[in-house]
Amino acid sequence: MTDIPVKPADLAKVLRPPRSQWRDVWDQFKTHKGALVGFGVFIFIIAFVLLGPIVWRISPTYINPNVVEMIKTRNLGPTWDHPLGTDQLGRDMLARMMAGGKVSIAVGLTAMSLSIFLGTLVGVLAGYFRRLDGILMRLTDLFLALPLLPLLLVMVMLFRDALASRLGVETGTFLLIVGAIGVTSWMQCARIVRGEVLALKEREFVLAARSIGTPPRRMILRHILPNVMSPIMVAATLGIANAIITESALSFLGLGFPPDFPTWGRLLFDAVDYLQEYPIRVIWPGIAISLTVLSVNYIGDGLRDALDPRIRGR
Amino acid sequence: MLDATPKAAAKTLVSVRGLKMYFPIHTGLLRRHTGDVKAVDDISFDILEGETLGLVGESGCGKSTAGRALIRLYDITGGSVKINGVEIGQAEQSVLRPMRPTMQMVFQDPQASLNPRMTLASIIGEPLEEHTKLSKVEKLARIYELMDAVGLNRTFANRYPHEFSGGQRQRIGIARALALNPKFIVCDEPIAALDVSIQAQVVNLLEELQDRLGLTYLFISHDLSMVRHIADRVAVMYLGKVVELSPRDEIYADPLHPYTEALLSAVPEPDPSLENTRERIILKGDVPSPANPPDGCNFCTRCPKVMDICRKVEPQFIEVMPGRFVACHLHGQTNQTTNQKPAG
Repeated sequence: MTDIPVKPADLAKVLRPPRSQWRDVWDQFKTHKGALVGFGVFIFIIAFVLLGPIVWRISPTYINPNVVEMIKTRNLGPTWDHPLGTDQLGRDMLARMMAGGKVSIAVGLTAMSLSIFLGTLVGVLAGYFRRLDGILMRLTDLFLALPLLPLLLVMVMLFRDALASRLGVETGTFLLIVGAIGVTSWMQCARIVRGEVLALKEREFVLAARSIGTPPRRMILRHILPNVMSPIMVAATLGIANAIITESALSFLGLGFPPDFPTWGRLLFDAVDYLQEYPIRVIWPGIAISLTVLSVNYIGDGLRDALDPRIRGR
Repeated sequence: MLDATPKAAAKTLVSVRGLKMYFPIHTGLLRRHTGDVKAVDDISFDILEGETLGLVGESGCGKSTAGRALIRLYDITGGSVKINGVEIGQAEQSVLRPMRPTMQMVFQDPQASLNPRMTLASIIGEPLEEHTKLSKVEKLARIYELMDAVGLNRTFANRYPHEFSGGQRQRIGIARALALNPKFIVCDEPIAALDVSIQAQVVNLLEELQDRLGLTYLFISHDLSMVRHIADRVAVMYLGKVVELSPRDEIYADPLHPYTEALLSAVPEPDPSLENTRERIILKGDVPSPANPPDGCNFCTRCPKVMDICRKVEPQFIEVMPGRFVACHLHGQTNQTTNQKPAG
C-alpha cells in the first residue's frame, strides 16, 4: 500500500490539502446516534427556554391580583389555558418552566465551564510543572476538605448584597451562584487531569516535541490538552448536572435566587410540599433537569469519541 | 587526546566530555536523597561530521539515556557537550531552542513517539511551525517534500498515526527529524521495534539520507550486526561507561575490551560451518546495579580476565592504538601505576 503509482491527473484529486480537524470531528459526531439525539434534545430545550417566552406570553411571575380569582386558579391540572397547570399561587407552570430553564441552563453551563476551566488549569499546571505540583495539590486538598455547604452559605452571605447593589439582583445573584459553584467543584477535575498529565508527560511524543524545542505553552496546548480531552469531557458533562442540582439546593436554602424567581430547582422544591396532592408538579421540572443532563451526557460521549482519531471512522 | 582520530581531517561535530546523568534516589519518609542511579557516568567521545557512531551495549547500560542527555532532553548532572562548537551542556532550555534545529532525534518506539491526535501532516509540520516562518502553502510543500524523501505516499498526509504500520510510523518519525535540515541525528534504537524486513528498509533509508544530506548519526542499538552495517566507528557501553571506542572494522576483527569480546561473540555467524566453530563467551552473573557500581572497573564482577587491580583501580579511558580507545587494565600498562581515579 506504500507506493501505488498515481498519475498526475489523479494526484490532484486524491491529494486533498490537510482538512481542519473539526470537520473530521463533525463527520464522526454525526455517526453517533445517541449523541445526535442528545444534541437534538438539547437544541429543543434551548429553543424551549429561549424562544418559548416569545410564543407563550404569560408572565412567569403573574399572580392574579383578584384574590378570589387567584384562589380559584391555584394548583390546576393541565388545561388549555395552562398546558402544564398552575402552582400554589396560580402562576402558569409552562411560563415558569421556560423562565426557570433559562436560568438553570445558564447557571449549569457557566458554572460547569468555570469549574472545568479551573480544574483543567490547576491539573495541567500541577502535572506539567513539577515545582507547582506540591502547592497546587495541597490547595486542591484544602478545597476538598472544606465543608462546602457552610462555605457556600458564607460566600452568599458576604457577597450577595454587595453584588446585587452593584449589578442588580438578577445578574449579581447569577454571578455569585455561578462563581460559588464553580469555585467549589473544580477539585475532582483537577485531580483527574493532573494524573493524566503526569502519565502523558512521560510519553515519547512529548519528549519528541521537546527535542524540537516546543516551549511549554504550546506543548500543553498541542500535545497535552488534546490527549486529556476525554476525562475532561466526562467531568464536564457530569458537572452540568451537579451545577443545576447545587443551584436548586442553594435556592431551597433561601440563598440562591429570590423566592419568586423561577429556576428548575426552585420549582422542584416548591412542588415538594405538594407532592402528595399534585405529584405532576414535581415531574415537570424533574423531567426537564433529567433530559438536559442526559442529553448533555450523550453529547459529551459523542464528542469524546469524535475527538479521538483512533475511534473515528469506525 | 580524544581528538587524534584517524579521520582527523573531518571536523568534529559533537564533542562530549565527562557527560554524567544521574537520577536521584529518594527513600524514607522524608524522601531524602540517598543515592543516585548512575545511568551515564563520565563518558567522553567525539563524533565527526558525516560519520555514524554506533553506540552498543546490553539493555539498561545507559545507551538511550546517553543519547537523550546528549541533545539535552534531560538536564544533565555534569560534563560538557559541544555541538557544532556551541556548548550546550548547562544551557537553559530556552537558550537551547534556537539550537534545536541542528540536533534531532529518532525515537525507539514509533507508536509512542507520535501524538495519536495529530495528523501526519501536522506531526511533520510541527518543527516547521516552531522554527520557520513559512506560509501555509510553503509548509505543505515542504511536508510533501519530506514525505517523498522518506518514501511516504503524499495521500497519507491527512491520516493519523494509528492508521500506519510500524515501518511507516518510523518513517514519519524520521521525516519529522529531518524537517529542519539537522546536522546531527540521534537514532535511539530506531529499528528495535520493527520486524526484520522493515529494519532493512529503515536502515537503508537512513544511510541513503546520510549520503544525500550529509547527516551525522549517533546510532544507538543493541543489534550488533546492524551496527556493523551502518556505523563507521563503534562505542561500547557497559554500566554507564564507554569501555571501548574503535573504528568498526577493527573492533569487529579485534575487540580489545573483554566485554566487547563477549558481546561480539554473541553475534550469530551466517555461515553454518563457521558458526560451529564460533566460541561464545558466556558472562556469568548479572549486571551490577547502576545505583551501586562495584569498586574499580565496573566490569570486574563478570570479567573472565579479571585481575586484582581491576577490583581496586578504575581503568582510564585512553587511546591505546591510533583511533582506538579502551578502558581496561589489560591495555595501556602506564595506567596501572598512576593509581588515581579520574575526576568524578
